[in-house]
Amino acid sequence: MSAALPVLSRRAFIGSAAAAGSLVFGFPLTAAAQGQPPEINAWVVVQADETVVIRIARSEMGQGTLTGLAQLVAEELDCDWARVTTEYPTPGQSLARKRVWGNFSTGGSQGIRQSNEYVRKGGAAARMMLVQAAADEWKVPAAECSAAAGVISHAGSQRKTTYGKVAAAAAQLTPPTTVALKDPKDWKLAGKRLARLDTVDKTNGKQVYGADLQMPGLLNAAILACPVFGGKVKSYQAEAVAKMPGVKRVLAVSDYAVAVVADTWWHAKKALDALPLEWDYGPHATAQQADFNAILKAGLDAEQAVVGNSNGDAKTALAGAVRKVEAVYAYPHQNHATMEPMNATAKWTPERCEVWTPTQNGEAALAATAEAAGLTPAQCEVYKIHLGGGFGRRGAVHDWVTQAVQIARQMPGTPVKLLWSREEDMTHGRYHPITQCKMTAGLDAQGNVTALHMRISGQSILASVAPQNVVNGKDPVQFQGLNNGGGEAMFGYSFPNLLIDHAMRNPHVPAGFWRGVNLNQNAVYVESFIDEIAHATQQDPLALRRKLLANSPKFLAVLNAVAERAGWGTPAADVQGQKVFRGLCVTHGFGSYVAACAEVSVSADGALKVHRIVAATDPGHAVNPQQIEAQIEGSFVYGLSAALYSECTVKDGRIEQRNFDSYPSMKIADMPKVESLIIPSGGFWGGVGEPTIAVAAPAVLNAIFAATGKRIRTLPLKDQSLKA
Amino acid sequence: MARLNVNGKVREHNAEPDTPLLWVLREQLGMTGTKYGCGIAQCGSCTVHLDGQPVRSCVLPVSAVQAAQKITTIEGLSPKGDHPLQKAWVNLDVPQCGYCQSGMLMAAAALLKKTPHPTDADIDREITNICRCGTFNRVRAAIKEAGGSKTAGLDIVHVVRSVA
Repeated sequence: MSAALPVLSRRAFIGSAAAAGSLVFGFPLTAAAQGQPPEINAWVVVQADETVVIRIARSEMGQGTLTGLAQLVAEELDCDWARVTTEYPTPGQSLARKRVWGNFSTGGSQGIRQSNEYVRKGGAAARMMLVQAAADEWKVPAAECSAAAGVISHAGSQRKTTYGKVAAAAAQLTPPTTVALKDPKDWKLAGKRLARLDTVDKTNGKQVYGADLQMPGLLNAAILACPVFGGKVKSYQAEAVAKMPGVKRVLAVSDYAVAVVADTWWHAKKALDALPLEWDYGPHATAQQADFNAILKAGLDAEQAVVGNSNGDAKTALAGAVRKVEAVYAYPHQNHATMEPMNATAKWTPERCEVWTPTQNGEAALAATAEAAGLTPAQCEVYKIHLGGGFGRRGAVHDWVTQAVQIARQMPGTPVKLLWSREEDMTHGRYHPITQCKMTAGLDAQGNVTALHMRISGQSILASVAPQNVVNGKDPVQFQGLNNGGGEAMFGYSFPNLLIDHAMRNPHVPAGFWRGVNLNQNAVYVESFIDEIAHATQQDPLALRRKLLANSPKFLAVLNAVAERAGWGTPAADVQGQKVFRGLCVTHGFGSYVAACAEVSVSADGALKVHRIVAATDPGHAVNPQQIEAQIEGSFVYGLSAALYSECTVKDGRIEQRNFDSYPSMKIADMPKVESLIIPSGGFWGGVGEPTIAVAAPAVLNAIFAATGKRIRTLPLKDQSLKA
Repeated sequence: MARLNVNGKVREHNAEPDTPLLWVLREQLGMTGTKYGCGIAQCGSCTVHLDGQPVRSCVLPVSAVQAAQKITTIEGLSPKGDHPLQKAWVNLDVPQCGYCQSGMLMAAAALLKKTPHPTDADIDREITNICRCGTFNRVRAAIKEAGGSKTAGLDIVHVVRSVA
């Protein structure tokens, strides 16, 4: 290493706004707690220069939660937005302060919807204390004082002061016990299209990601785990690579992986590639994709299944139906493929272990650190770094953190940065679960649907990630978007007889939460099949949906919004001589109502072009419409990449796809125009990072049917021919 | 010591000749703005300019770069982060996670140098970087804005309305 590299102190890395210009790392929170600069409460620090530091417990991974949560605190705080900066509290500090920052988990589109109330109260309480401090100084009642943009005024005496001037006194006050929040209709900062706080450093190379970390004495590790899940290392010959440039150590990591530690990652990677290595592939060495598919197919007709939603008696009604419509669908394993591969830097001593890592859940990362370190959580600390993509991979399971600590533990006192290669990342994911589904509808003589049976067969995420949450064989998350009420992910359609059940079948490939989670495949199954019923009964897909959603006004509102804007019922204009066709989708997930209308053309030789998508979201409250739009637009990249290209298949127990050449992702040329309709109806808080993912594929699949008469029931589309 | 000309400065390194330029930049010269995404020239996160041409530095052995050839990285795209693309990127809030954006910006800068007013077809052909967060429509709008297009905003359509 020749050049002087930026050095990371052992303190938490703070938000990019404060790091502009150089690598600056946060002042210690413990010092803040001691009064310099004054911590008003856990959420708000006001510096003498009027800078307001807002603490954000959730993780920024591109979804904009950092900015949205800061807006909510600043709204109640009535501070000057131009002086707001942010920092991450650490999970260790949270532990020491009895979880004062609440839940760190950043998944399930929950950042804002689950924490909005207590972070707003944090801002409001801090404002009350700052105003009280000014009132005390002036010896007037606080009720006679007001605050705006960080300035406190007393109308009677025309006196003014600033947050920075009274912060030290405010920090000494007892926090208020009763805190009132503003009515959202009075918001001045929240609800506005404010620019993100983390943009500038992402345009000039200064944003530091986990993969970029440097610190004195840092070594780099590359890792290779057994390509077959459940396999182990049989033997390796460390001496064969020990003299390669830069190599320091060759280490076993648990019983299933080997790491090379070197001065640079490139040296580590080269030596690992050259390492003579034998695997014991274990019990799944002969597992094949076709075997999984057959097992799932059998589940479609299995006697035993767990019921997720039902009314009436669907089986009897189906038996007596005049006519039946039936279809079988399939959704593959998919990798998250965050652009930044998994990585963590760990430093272990017998007394303490520290980890720096991009994580969606700092507390879970701390738990993984402590377990792997053989220390108590109080002896450990995790410093969060902005993520180069999360999508669920960096939330529930912290396998890469465990590995980094296992490596560092073998080199006490030396910080080691573990970075996965893309191939390691692609073949050791926590994959989107694989499922199949049989949909059966019973019709009466007039073509009315008298019964619907939805049978899901396949993989449970919770069985893989948190088996203790599978109770009596039921994974409740499996029924996302299919629930009877509940406000989280509801089934909007009404049928006289309904049965939705799941036959759990778990292949050995580990499943995980993948952006959009189970709503993705459930929406494909339901929304494709609604179109199939419409076709079978010669009804307009919009008219049928309206009929079946008559009791679900918020579903109807987003559906009607996209239909109206897209011009449903009128022909779409041709594009370059190709006829353009439309498809619809509506669903509910992560607390929000979403719908889409896709416009596609398919050429005679089967080339698909998605031209335009109109998408509507009702998230209840819209904290930053610009960021919601960015999430809607982005959801079509992630969702359409999944529908068009994404598939991980198993051969001889291992994932076949190893990089972006065999696991393609959408590029700009594939990207349709997206028109976002944000329709916040108030009264509830819904998420925005995930629900729109689920409407991407069904809307396009339904448009493809309209264009070609071909019903695609197995994803991804790249495996299917659309040729006339 | 071998020499490279990076962002107008002569830099020395002692990496083995087969080391990809990406890892020389990141690990020998401490310039971490250029990212590793795939290692096989698929994703474009590692895009830098070599004598003004976009190259994927993850597959370019450093020995293939002559000392006189000018390498430009994201750190050297503009002196103060004020390249028209960087300004448009900030104006339109393009980045999400941001990890792919250095490469995206370098690919876009090479396009604008060759084609100051790119069409959609030019952008589709020349910008082949992968972004998983999904910034493409804002990337397209920002390239057009930086290229002086008056219709750049049409790539982002948004309607907010209250049904209350």
